[in-house]
Amino acid sequence: MIDQPAQIAFAAGPKKLYQTDMQSTANPAGGAFWFLQGMRGIVSLPAFILFCSFVGFTGFAAESGLGRAEAVFMTGSVWALPAMVLLVTSALGNAALPAAFLTVTLSSIRLMPMVAALIPEIRTRKTRTWALLLVSHFVAVTAWVFTMERVDKVPPEHRVKFFAGFGITLTSCNMMIVGFGYSIVGALPPLVAGTLFFLTPIYFITSIWASAKDIAVYLAMVVGLVLAPLFHQIAPEFDILYTGILGGTLAFAIERLIRARQAKEREGRTP
Amino acid sequence: MSWGSIDAWWWPFLFIAVAGWVATDMWRWLGVLVGNRLRDDSALLIWVRCVATALVAAVIAKLILYPNGALADFPVWLRVGAAVAGFGLFLVTGTRPWIGIASAIILLVIGRLATLG
Repeated sequence: MIDQPAQIAFAAGPKKLYQTDMQSTANPAGGAFWFLQGMRGIVSLPAFILFCSFVGFTGFAAESGLGRAEAVFMTGSVWALPAMVLLVTSALGNAALPAAFLTVTLSSIRLMPMVAALIPEIRTRKTRTWALLLVSHFVAVTAWVFTMERVDKVPPEHRVKFFAGFGITLTSCNMMIVGFGYSIVGALPPLVAGTLFFLTPIYFITSIWASAKDIAVYLAMVVGLVLAPLFHQIAPEFDILYTGILGGTLAFAIERLIRARQAKEREGRTP
Repeated sequence: MSWGSIDAWWWPFLFIAVAGWVATDMWRWLGVLVGNRLRDDSALLIWVRCVATALVAAVIAKLILYPNGALADFPVWLRVGAAVAGFGLFLVTGTRPWIGIASAIILLVIGRLATLG
């Protein structure tokens, strides 16, 4: 799907890198080498799009009244852009703490299947669970898509380091972007600032759509986009929560109907 | 117990730690512990994915239809039009995100310059 960055991140060619590592598995530099290979991934298209989106987030956060230190802390600790936008909207919209928690946590459940899908790819029998718990913090859409696409080119025993190298570097760079961003977003011309705000929703919709593997996600996306303005008119304070629960359940029901119909058709075809 | 209810420097950080950090990392940790024991096509997991996607869809719709800040000055037809056209191009050209993002951004900028001029 995004195959260009693979060429950028592995300019030396995956085969050559693998051979280099095969020679160096006996010495401790092997792990550091793959950590660095992961770090190099920040010079890639998904990372670039994410950087721009974080500049957009900085503008959004500053405009909403969030402080610089709070925004940097949020970037490092939450590290999921949709959750961060929801958290800023809820918190600065004066939602109660439990309501903000519920909104953010519901939007982040998708992290669980993402991590659950990534773990078998990067763990070996020797990998310790605490190491996986630590690196799992850096899982978000961009890091997940990036790693899932490239991990088969990394020797299994170095995959956690490869992922950590990319995830930690990506997170730190974006914390710096947010920190420095507060000094410049106020001075941006309105055309640039508006365009940056526009980047975040476009990034969300295309990256989630492209990384989806089943029809349920497409249905939920379409239903959610249609229902959100409706609920915004009816209950502006709870529009996101209502759209998520009711729209998501509606999309799930449609998916079940389609699945049942497909099963029936298959049954009808077998003699 | 809201953002503005306690006037102390640490309160916003505690708010973010609870409603943001814990609220996201608990799913990541659960993902590690569940690991590959989870069946990707179980009904519960599909419902969860639907709710999560619909929540983000609501965020997307709100950011485009009811933005705050500089984007609010752009006409609503331009915001919706650029998003729909960019997403359409993304769909017909093989779902590569950068095509959708680049075309939506270019359309938005051209449209804005035209309406200003």
